Amino acid sequence: MHVVVCVKQTPDSAAKMGVEDGKVTWGDAALIVNPWDEYSIEEAIRLKEKHGGKVTAISMGPESAKEALKTCIAMGCDEAILLSDPALKGSDALATSYALAKAIEKMGDVDMVFFGKQAIDGDTGLVPVAVARRLGWTPLTYTIKLVELDFAAKTVKAERLLEQGKQVVTAKLPAVVGTVKDINEPRYPSFMGIRKAAKAAIPIWSAADIGADPAKIGGPGSAMRWPKVYPLPAREGSAEMIDGTPEEIAVKLADKLIADKVI
Amino acid sequence: MPTKLWVFIEQFQNVLAQSSLEALGEARRLNAEMSGDGVTALLCGHNLGGLAQDLIAHGADEVLLADDASLAEFRAEPYTTLLVQLAQTHKPEVILAGATTRGRDLLGMASVDLNCGAIADAIALTYADGKVQATRPVYAGKLLSTVMCDERRPQLISLRPRAFPKPEPDAARTGTVTPVAPALPEESIPLKVVDYVMEQGQVSLADAKIIVSGGRGVGGPEGFAPVRELAQALGAAVGASRAAVDAGWIPYAHQVGQTGKTVGPDLYIACGISGAIQHQAGMRSSKTIVAINKDAEAPIFRLARYGVAGDLFKIVPALTAEFKKRLGK
Repeated sequence: MHVVVCVKQTPDSAAKMGVEDGKVTWGDAALIVNPWDEYSIEEAIRLKEKHGGKVTAISMGPESAKEALKTCIAMGCDEAILLSDPALKGSDALATSYALAKAIEKMGDVDMVFFGKQAIDGDTGLVPVAVARRLGWTPLTYTIKLVELDFAAKTVKAERLLEQGKQVVTAKLPAVVGTVKDINEPRYPSFMGIRKAAKAAIPIWSAADIGADPAKIGGPGSAMRWPKVYPLPAREGSAEMIDGTPEEIAVKLADKLIADKVI
Repeated sequence: MPTKLWVFIEQFQNVLAQSSLEALGEARRLNAEMSGDGVTALLCGHNLGGLAQDLIAHGADEVLLADDASLAEFRAEPYTTLLVQLAQTHKPEVILAGATTRGRDLLGMASVDLNCGAIADAIALTYADGKVQATRPVYAGKLLSTVMCDERRPQLISLRPRAFPKPEPDAARTGTVTPVAPALPEESIPLKVVDYVMEQGQVSLADAKIIVSGGRGVGGPEGFAPVRELAQALGAAVGASRAAVDAGWIPYAHQVGQTGKTVGPDLYIACGISGAIQHQAGMRSSKTIVAINKDAEAPIFRLARYGVAGDLFKIVPALTAEFKKRLGK
């Protein structure tokens, strides 16, 4: 069994985001593993503990993303690869999915690729399905439970969390799985894991290493333009506080909400 | 002849998704702004009955109707292949869909085959210089971004549910219905849907006009009882903060926030929720927010239109009784 986890490094979810000179800022908040990806990492490690085999974490990003990959190793991933090249900079979902699919193809023997539901920076959720399409594998997005897995027979049964409830599906491997929270509870890195991660050599793959067509990556390979990013207009003022006995509050609030036509 | 502006229509068990109707309404508005040649809806499913006429009433000029057992339920692969085939034949400029689980998967996959841009989760659209410009939240709604596709076509755009108004149907509208054949035979579709585990009788968070949410302040699983009773009196969906979900008081499907669902109801009533930045990310686009919390300094009060600093176990039941009286239940 060889499972690949695709992770992204993002600013901490509690970071106060801002914009300076058109560039996104996050103050002194830490860069972390995208919180949605932690569920994927955990699920991949659990599969290895059950079925044996290997878990490889991969991240596309700048040199600093090595830190996120070290967290993956500290949690229990066996190997990590950083996909990093100036030519990959500015990639949108179309270009990112191309580069990741090329890297996964280079690994050759992959049974399953995990993604978090989306990354908490761009929030598009497009890359997992785009990678699945490029590889020609079935996308199992929004997976909340892997019910049955048979790597020999190359079959999978999964529960997916959709708007109307849980959908139970069967599909063939290899597959691209997008996880949601509640599939598991991610572990903290162990002391031994942190030591292992500190010593781990994380190879860097360039665009040439994965045989990427320069026209399909970075700016030239991207179909999206994002000319402007700006802070949310502030919500005006503070709340109108309503007081009295619970019954008086209920009457006043009901009056206001009905007058506002929200009920 | 299909027009330049398309809307992918989602149905579940032959009920049209609200977000698809909202997309149809936005398509009509955009068509006028673009001086376009009308709106084409792509509807896939099985035994769809009068749904195509419904779409015409809601703003479609033409409905491409794919009615086949293999399309009864949304599955990413057959739906993507069909959409791609039709788009390659008719070359639309723009394809809209609801930013639901299905709409996001579909457009993300189609962008690979069509080698074009996909914009996820737009909350506003404008048309300028031959391009659709979208506004979309990034960083969990802490920032907004203006995005557009380059010259490649079509422009694929999913629209956040409840960010666009739902159009009123007009039964007098006329349009054409054009049958189209599925693109993949059943035997070449690897994914099979074997079952559904539905939450019975509950309002879905994504479509809800009103949401009543509980947080750490409800104190335990039984603390959700008054929250549920208020929700029932208002016909509302039940939400929860991460703290309540992580404590195991309510299933994850109810979680609102950065690692849960993003919602935008007309009314959001937060009971015992302090309003961490991650929770705000999921609910700050609600039109009216009411906060009930015993800590008058809680950050939720800075977002709220109306605030009550007090004991939710006294105030929420009083509200339930009052609304039952007003709404005649």
